[in-house]
Amino acid sequence: MKTRGEHLLLVIIAVVVLAFVLAPLFLMFATAFKADENQILRDFGNANAFWVWPSEMSLENFRQVLGNDTFPVLRYMANSVLIVVSIVVLGILVNSLAAYALARLVFPGRNILVIAVIALIIVPMESLAVPLLLMMNQVGWVDTYQAQIVPFIAHPFSIFLFYQFFAVLPKDLDEAAYVDGASRLQTYWKIVMPLSLPTIATVAILQSLEYWNAFLWPLMVTRGSDVRPISLALAQFFGTPPPIWGDVMAFSVLMSLPILVIYIAFQRWFIQSAIGSGVKG
Amino acid sequence: MAGLALKDVRKQYGKVEVIKGIDLDVADGEFVVFVGPSGCGKSTLLRMIAGLEEISSGTLSIGGRVVNDLSPKERGIAMVFQSYALYPHKTVYDNMAFGLQLAKAPTSEIDAKVKRAAGILHMEHLLDRKPSQLSGGQRQRVAIGRAIVRNPEVFLFDEPLSNLDAALRVTMRAELSKLHRDLGATMIYVTHDQVEAMTLADKIVVLEAGVVQQAGTPLQLYHNPQNRFVAGFIGSPKMNFIPVEIAEAGSGGVTVASADLARTLIPVAPDAAVAGAKAVLGIRPEHVTGGDRPVTFKGRVELVERLGHQTVVEVATAGGATVTALLDGTTLVRPGETLTLGFDPADAHLFGESGRAMERFHLPEIARMTRRTAA
Repeated sequence: MKTRGEHLLLVIIAVVVLAFVLAPLFLMFATAFKADENQILRDFGNANAFWVWPSEMSLENFRQVLGNDTFPVLRYMANSVLIVVSIVVLGILVNSLAAYALARLVFPGRNILVIAVIALIIVPMESLAVPLLLMMNQVGWVDTYQAQIVPFIAHPFSIFLFYQFFAVLPKDLDEAAYVDGASRLQTYWKIVMPLSLPTIATVAILQSLEYWNAFLWPLMVTRGSDVRPISLALAQFFGTPPPIWGDVMAFSVLMSLPILVIYIAFQRWFIQSAIGSGVKG
Repeated sequence: MAGLALKDVRKQYGKVEVIKGIDLDVADGEFVVFVGPSGCGKSTLLRMIAGLEEISSGTLSIGGRVVNDLSPKERGIAMVFQSYALYPHKTVYDNMAFGLQLAKAPTSEIDAKVKRAAGILHMEHLLDRKPSQLSGGQRQRVAIGRAIVRNPEVFLFDEPLSNLDAALRVTMRAELSKLHRDLGATMIYVTHDQVEAMTLADKIVVLEAGVVQQAGTPLQLYHNPQNRFVAGFIGSPKMNFIPVEIAEAGSGGVTVASADLARTLIPVAPDAAVAGAKAVLGIRPEHVTGGDRPVTFKGRVELVERLGHQTVVEVATAGGATVTALLDGTTLVRPGETLTLGFDPADAHLFGESGRAMERFHLPEIARMTRRTAA
């Protein structure tokens, strides 16, 4: 049993940690909805920075950001959506098929391949960026969508997540499907994939987050607004003086919203899968 | 429906041979049960018939057609798994319909077949449920229904009742037996439970270490086991084995003796038995009774288990053998007492040094019949 003092201490620590996590979010949302730039600068010096009174709320900043002719926010947003959706959809197919093969097919070198895939998880993107850029140059993909999509479809961590799930999925189900007349591909598509929804959700969220926020690679392979994602646009917008805080925060909110929506849509399965994989170890 | 023929069927994993040349004929409509201890290869053999394991050598024919290289769906089989293997995301209806949907059967035909199978198994009210909403017995029924819908030539069951509780197992056993009668289908059933084997089978195939030890009707195996393994495996409690020495072998039988037994004539064909050779006398616990029988011996009571209608008594003889007897439920006996037991030599079995049984002269008429004529 904890004493009252210990309990109180724990609560205080929790509140402080929570404040550090949530404060930037509150600051972003509050500032984005404040129309008066002077008011924003004044509020930055006190606690009002984290709050907006309903009477002060305005969508002016959003109007300005979206109406900015030199900065096609919606175009950037559409680019990001196209890139992320392509990576996620193709990635789920390719990575789950790879994992299914590793979990179910017996072939020489299978275990080495599994170890290699797991080892690849720890190789940072930054270390691969330069060789990858040289490759993109060679094939003439610089400043294209495919340069931002194709290299990221195969994703070792997603393969690993699917592999973990398939390894504990009873083989009897596959065999029952074979006896029912299903081919291996039909078994994968009609039996295994529908049962993998929690893992699919986890992979979708993790990959969306990773590539929605991608910065270094798009910076290296894109030039103009045609194919640039919103993450780069935000940095560019922020770096254009003078900074108008209301607009910057409105931009930030616009960039955060899609990913929040995806998380809320999939969070039930995501949590289920995260807990499940923890328990199964 | 169709029969099955296995000719010198073998299975190797690398250098290890787990199925060592099996020859077996299964008649059309026959209910065949594979029994044997864990690791004897019975499930592997079933999976080879199903097409889930490759056949290393030999031929497997179903309905006169060699199916070695055919996929499971092309073999005309349906299988019920030990784990049921129902698709968790599909309703009972879709679980049963899946095979027909894959075969692109017309919806009306699928509907009719699923409803007919559901009717046979009395589960029309479960069709909209998911497997997670069903009890163990209901899941079992769905698994069987899924097999029926495919209208297979051969049904394969892999220990289908082992996950059910004892009471439900008895009920499902009876239902399976009835299903076999109603459908008249060829069925192959794997179990390690000899009660299931004895009650369900037209023919029992006893396997050990990938070899068929004996195949025959349940009562043939019970009354006329061909070797010590089958004699010990079929029957509960297990057959008693008493080491003896052959004193004399003649056309009237083989006379044996041991530290516990006086010279006793066992009515079996002597084969190559010669005086002085070692042998093993087998006698079932249910044939060991009180001391009023032709052959008697004494022993110290080690264990008494009272089942109500029967008493299981374990006796240690002076010669070092342990003999189990099934006595009447009202027998007064206590551990530590000395008990005189006896048996009729006509009930005894005699096994040579190699473990092969010598042919018994007196076999009950029922042991010569096939199951269906006996039933």
